[in-house]
Amino acid sequence: MVENTIKFLLNNEAVKIENLDPNTTILQYLREELFKSGTKEGCASGDCGACTVVLAELDPEKAGQLTYKSINSCITFVGNLHGKQLITVEDLKDGAKLHHAQQTIVDNHGSQCGFCTPGFVMSSFALHKHNQKPNRDEVLEALAGNLCRCTGYRSIIEAAMTSSEANQDDSFAKHYQQTLVALTELDKLPKPILNGNGNTYIAPQNIYELATELTNEPKSTLVAGGTDLALSVTQNLAVIKKLVYVGNVAELNTIEETESEIVIGSALPYSDFIDTLHHYYPDLGNMIERIGAKQVRNTGTLGGNIGNASPIGDMPPALIALGATMTLHLNGTERTILVEDFFLDYKKTVLQTSEFIKSITIPKPIAGQTLKLYKISKRLDDDISAVLAAFFIEQIPTDKGQKITNVRLAFGGMAGIPKRGPTAEAALLGKHLTKESVTQAKAALANDFQPMTDVRASDKYRMTVAQNLIEKCYLELQSTHTREVIETRVVNY
Amino acid sequence: MRTLIDVKKADTNKVQTNTDKDVVNGQKNIGLGGVGRSKKHESADKQVAGEAIYVDDRPALRGELHAAVGQSTMAHANIISMDLSAVKAAEGVVKVMTVEDVPGHTDIGPVFPGDPVLAIGKVEFVGQPLFAVAATSFDLARKAVKLAKVEYEELEAVLTVKDALAKQSFVRPPHSLKRGDSESAIAGAEHKLSGEIKVGGQEHMYLEGQVSTAEPTEDGGMNVYTSSQHPSEVQKLVAEVLDIPLNKVLVDMRRMGGGFGGKETQAAPWACIAALLANETKRPVKFKLARLDDMVMTGKRHPFENNYTVGFDKNGQIKGINIEVNGNCGYSPDLSDAIVDRAMFHSDNAYYLDQSTITGNRCKLNTVSHTAYRGFGGPQGMMTIELIMDEIARHLGKDPLAIRKINLYGKEERNVTHYDQTVEHNNLSEIIESLEKSSDYQTRRQAITEYNANSSILKKGIALTPVKFGISFTVQHLNQAGALVHVYTDGTIHLSHGGTEMGQGLNTKVAQIVAEEFQVDVDTVACSAARTDKVPNSSPTAASSGTDLNGKAAEAAAKTIKQRLIDFACEKYEVEAGQVQFENNNVIVGKQTFSFAEFSQIAYMNRVSLSSTGFYKTPKIHYDRAAGKGRPFFYFATGACVSEVIIDTLTGEYKTVRTDILQDVGASLNPAIDIGQIEGAFVQGMGWLTTEELVWNEQGRLLSNNPATYKIPAINDAPKDFRVALVPNAPNPERTIYNSKAVGEPPFMLGMAVWSALKDAVASVADYKVSPKLDTPATPERVLFSVEAVKATHENNATAAK
Repeated sequence: MVENTIKFLLNNEAVKIENLDPNTTILQYLREELFKSGTKEGCASGDCGACTVVLAELDPEKAGQLTYKSINSCITFVGNLHGKQLITVEDLKDGAKLHHAQQTIVDNHGSQCGFCTPGFVMSSFALHKHNQKPNRDEVLEALAGNLCRCTGYRSIIEAAMTSSEANQDDSFAKHYQQTLVALTELDKLPKPILNGNGNTYIAPQNIYELATELTNEPKSTLVAGGTDLALSVTQNLAVIKKLVYVGNVAELNTIEETESEIVIGSALPYSDFIDTLHHYYPDLGNMIERIGAKQVRNTGTLGGNIGNASPIGDMPPALIALGATMTLHLNGTERTILVEDFFLDYKKTVLQTSEFIKSITIPKPIAGQTLKLYKISKRLDDDISAVLAAFFIEQIPTDKGQKITNVRLAFGGMAGIPKRGPTAEAALLGKHLTKESVTQAKAALANDFQPMTDVRASDKYRMTVAQNLIEKCYLELQSTHTREVIETRVVNY
Repeated sequence: MRTLIDVKKADTNKVQTNTDKDVVNGQKNIGLGGVGRSKKHESADKQVAGEAIYVDDRPALRGELHAAVGQSTMAHANIISMDLSAVKAAEGVVKVMTVEDVPGHTDIGPVFPGDPVLAIGKVEFVGQPLFAVAATSFDLARKAVKLAKVEYEELEAVLTVKDALAKQSFVRPPHSLKRGDSESAIAGAEHKLSGEIKVGGQEHMYLEGQVSTAEPTEDGGMNVYTSSQHPSEVQKLVAEVLDIPLNKVLVDMRRMGGGFGGKETQAAPWACIAALLANETKRPVKFKLARLDDMVMTGKRHPFENNYTVGFDKNGQIKGINIEVNGNCGYSPDLSDAIVDRAMFHSDNAYYLDQSTITGNRCKLNTVSHTAYRGFGGPQGMMTIELIMDEIARHLGKDPLAIRKINLYGKEERNVTHYDQTVEHNNLSEIIESLEKSSDYQTRRQAITEYNANSSILKKGIALTPVKFGISFTVQHLNQAGALVHVYTDGTIHLSHGGTEMGQGLNTKVAQIVAEEFQVDVDTVACSAARTDKVPNSSPTAASSGTDLNGKAAEAAAKTIKQRLIDFACEKYEVEAGQVQFENNNVIVGKQTFSFAEFSQIAYMNRVSLSSTGFYKTPKIHYDRAAGKGRPFFYFATGACVSEVIIDTLTGEYKTVRTDILQDVGASLNPAIDIGQIEGAFVQGMGWLTTEELVWNEQGRLLSNNPATYKIPAINDAPKDFRVALVPNAPNPERTIYNSKAVGEPPFMLGMAVWSALKDAVASVADYKVSPKLDTPATPERVLFSVEAVKATHENNATAAK
């Protein structure tokens, strides 16, 4: 059965949305339909965090528990609200009493013009719902997607670091059971549909429904977090006729581990798999923490990052370096290809009409293998890479030192697609990792890439830095072998 | 020499500058009131709850329409034709206007003409508004403007400062400040250096974009709700474009979500266009700029390209100097004359220039017209002399701090600026010495040198840079302010003043001043929107002057009412004036104590006027621009900063790891707010010099046109170790409001320490023997190339030596 509505909790109130253009963002819905203006529009592009709201959901891992996630409401379509609790800045006060996340900002003089403040409050609120005593690093991670132009952040950091252990009895805690029951009820509802202004949003529940939908209507647009897609609507004023939400497709929202592999569903948000990847590949975990910001990682997905085939997506080079594969699904038929083989040309992939990405399979590391990742951008947080370098090197010890038996040097931002540097790899493969072989690899890289100049970096910088990163990787590996500590990363400061 | 002067006895006890950070942050801020306390921002509770109303949050007015403008796609062109038929036919469009439809003035240049409200026959930058649309929704208006068909005849565009200088393309005539004979002094000096620097501009990136709502009134006038630092100018320009008198236009400005100078003149065009459309349609019109449009269509901090020749002695002391500052003003004068003047005034920063010639050019380029931004040209002027300090130091093989110290203004001699103002009450050397000690500069300098010797890839750098910033509008007539204070019969107080609240805490400070006068809780004072019908002819809230001017005006208004209450008490209760005291929310008359509320009621019943205006104008200032001599500034605000950075010599990435600041804010009116201003200004200044890069392409189109491509500091960029202190016990020797000092702009320039520290780290790769060239913003790319250039020079030098 199909119900022609989106149902969710607006704080504690059950709400349904009908006859609304599904191209509407949550921010537009809040401000223009509900006349709730506490949530601000700073950029309408997911870059400033002023529009941050929190979505509470049933925890898929732990029965009887809720998760609270901060998201950018300006780039999330209303359809994504279905079955969730939407919490905005207006909901935090308990009567006249400010919430801990609010009072601490007041106490620390952390608001000046106040326009970014509701966003910071919501990010801090979400953080404290899961971590009552966050340390500085955890606070920075949670708030890196919120820009403030007035305060210089010190006061806001101190506010968010204030323990909320003594302040757990907020209205959400008081209504916890009630919310659980209500969301469990919503979870049982048939799949949602939203029609409005001649446009449609649907949310298939399983891979069969999704495949059928795409086969019947190949021009449908897949949407997961929407962190990139929504920009076409808010910035370029596009109208999407049919949105097919993959966040409810069970098979696309799993993470599984075998003895040798990690299989990640294409529609699983980063925040749901970052810990696993961090465990096996610390560099990868650290790099993912610099993809977008918390709000983006709470909704953005691997399928989206690969599928939109941007030359500056951060995951593809990492996955290429890891030799990861991806499973594509076309109306019941599945095929598995290397992530490396997915990209054909700028924004062009091997994906056929009606075909979609089901999952990504990442091999687990084995002894002798190393993955090194480097993200180069103007700003450390919430920035798009000028260059993303991903180096996978397999070595065996010989009497002359470490010999390279397998190497993949993959780059983002260096070409129209994410790709490897075959000439540079050849300069290393079968060689010992020495100053000489590294110098040759650096030089060889100039044969592999002719990067471009754009707003983020010049061609010359891209090439120079890409070459230097090979050297840095070498130094870091040397330092592992010699146990001599060479400090090489400013991000650690 | 005078030190602590002019502080009236009664006030001295109340002025408590509290620099203890814990106490500042630990204040509970409930009902404390008064001056010198860390009272929370008046809107803090509302801001954190999403209850503070910004212009776009106001409930829609009946029939409200939304505006958008069509934009030029050419940097310089004649408009051959504009076919707007598809725009007019588009869904939701109610009205389309061109400049032909403007009933009044078509030029809205704030000081000099040159800014057409809508293009008149030609365009002079990409993004220039061509025509305006009112439609039934924000999105429909934005969609409609894209349907225009515009035919252009392309003209040659000037897109670089170099080109503008070659063509003598200026928005205003060049101007010079001369003292003595700099040429001879340079020629006769032991050492001589020359060089140049490109200083990038800066997008304001106020979190709340430009927005105005115009509502037609019953008598052909207009009510305008706007996010503007200058309501009176919006009032004037709206009246002029509509061809109606000023008294028919009301401008209401409750708060801005950030301004930073970007809403001084740049708020007016959108208010004018909204008003024009509202006047045509007789419906309210809101004009909110989408972020991308805001970034493309509004002016920014001026990029500058400066050069110098300096002569100095063996100790590094400057004997003669020529500096040329070239401001990229964009296509029109806007405020550029005064901005380049301020760059020239601040070409000394904290240093005595001796024989000097400072020349300023106001280059006209085919880009958006650059405008006011925190520091108003001062920062761009200071960068040259701070570059020179580093250059002299490297040339002589000395620590840059030693060179900075030896060039500082003296107290009794070497204390006159190149524009003939004596630097009085100079505390720069005390500030620097105190900060040098508290930041462990010398110890850390050694530790850093040691670290760099042992670290092959990462290198650290440290720098101490001072700031001396002149306080007053250099346009004399702007140094005035008005206020209006009402006391109601329940003892509550209503306060209006000519200043605007943009987050800087102005309303809080002025309310504290009024509360202090009556000795009542500050919560008793309600500060409402700045409105042109309450306080007329106000100056922009700019030049760090908000509190200095409006605080004094509000104090004057409060004093008038207070005097009436005292006179009334003396008459009614037959006491002497000395027997009437305002204390702790009470009025004590002889032996009787009334609550302030009671006494207000009694005064009312006895027909005492409980409302008054107040007025203030800054004393002492005068300036003869033709002669380049005078006292343009009432006083100087001073401070200094030590920053330590770490850089990656393989990638150019960097981080600011520690910052220590000591800032003189006089006797702080509100230490928490002042510290917030300092921290925020520093980080904004650091952003200007590091990651914030404006990029235009060869056609003059801005590429860094959204926050995905233009990167202001995020939370990880704030120094992990961030120590800010106020100079203790330092009331302003000038008679400013409670002897405080302005704080809005001066600490912005403390960010220069980060830039200088980056160069210090870069210099380490050549054992500090080569002076790195590092134009700004010092993006990772520029840092890496600076490292490579320094290495190459060092190797060449070594080869040559062999």
